[in-house]
Amino acid sequence: MLHMLPMMLRGTVVTGEVTAGAIVVASVAASCAVAMRLSTLAALDWPARVYIELFRGTSALIQLFWAFYALPLVLPFRPSPMIAAIAVLGLNGGAYGAEILRGAILSVPRGQHDAATALNLSSAAKMFRVVLPQTWPLILPPMANLFIDMLKNSALAGLVQVTDITFNAQILQESTLRNAQVYGVALVIYFIMALVLAGFMRLLERWMKFPIGARV
Amino acid sequence: MKWNWPFAWHILPVILRGMVITIEATVLGMLLALILGLIWAMLLILPNRWLFWSTRGLTEFIRDTPLLIQLFFCYYVLPEIGITVPALLTGITVLGINYSAYTSEVYRAGLQNIPRGQWDAARALNFTAAQTFIRIILPQALPPIVPAMGNNLIAMFKDTPLLSTITVMEMLNRAMIIGDKTFRYLEPLTIVGILFLIISLLASALIGFTQRRILVRR
Repeated sequence: MLHMLPMMLRGTVVTGEVTAGAIVVASVAASCAVAMRLSTLAALDWPARVYIELFRGTSALIQLFWAFYALPLVLPFRPSPMIAAIAVLGLNGGAYGAEILRGAILSVPRGQHDAATALNLSSAAKMFRVVLPQTWPLILPPMANLFIDMLKNSALAGLVQVTDITFNAQILQESTLRNAQVYGVALVIYFIMALVLAGFMRLLERWMKFPIGARV
Repeated sequence: MKWNWPFAWHILPVILRGMVITIEATVLGMLLALILGLIWAMLLILPNRWLFWSTRGLTEFIRDTPLLIQLFFCYYVLPEIGITVPALLTGITVLGINYSAYTSEVYRAGLQNIPRGQWDAARALNFTAAQTFIRIILPQALPPIVPAMGNNLIAMFKDTPLLSTITVMEMLNRAMIIGDKTFRYLEPLTIVGILFLIISLLASALIGFTQRRILVRR
């Protein structure tokens, strides 16, 4: 039992890296996609729609296998498993994140936009100083769920040679045949990671409520 | 490497045969999730603290751990304790148990929307608790949660490729076997992706339609 811990912990670090990387990619992708979706230009709106439907309509595992096995045949180079996993899991999460952001932004009452216009605020100021600060409390709880889903999805990276918890657990299982112990430990590690991530998101949620004077 | 149409048409029937298993796993898994989820939801509203916390703990653990590891765990550990079942059955069971943690939340939301007065009125009319639940509460709680259950169904459908990791011959597994044999991964994997895309787009359109119907009826 104890001799498998170092390997599992090394896997935990990699899982943390994949998840963190994917969350960064997802945040950027979701922000870009939602900005394009809210644009009045069809040339911007449509690519974002296609991106969102494509990544939400297929399965993360298929996207990952596609990027790992099929894409290098088309591309002139082969991305490392880690990069491919972070990119795919990030783009997958970004598609779901874009819909969360869009729902929250559209829920800000029309009058807030009008008032900001009446005060002669630029459209950037309107977005960043008026609309977005009000959406944080709406965005953070579903985002916390999304990030936990992304942590769980990072387990799929182990199937394309990323040496995360899942990958190391498979190696340990094959060499020790202690199936229950290996996968039991893996489950517990993921559970603890999810609890930590959820706790962190709750702190963030509290902290984000201060600027707009909402009751905590 | 270029897309090869004759090859794509040649492998399409093989992959479509995998779709039968994909759909079988989704339907049976969802059935199990609907039954188990309702049981969890009922245990959560019973006035028993011990039952509440153990159910809560179980569903929370299921929701906070990856489906993939749950699949591996059951696939390797069940035979050790003397349960040998086909991989597909293990897969369906794990999918069902996994999603029951989500459906129980949906049921709970539906049940919470039923005003307390309905329970009181049923008691005043001398209904037993079981009668009240089955004949008064459930018929009111179920219709509004149909769209949310539909979303769970689509999510489960998109999770079935994970069953390929425990040797179930669904679409992704067949595509990968074709790829391993012919070294052409582009066509099989793209076909599987497109098939998933078509079905989930159709299904979400259907859910949107039902949602509007339910809203209109109110």
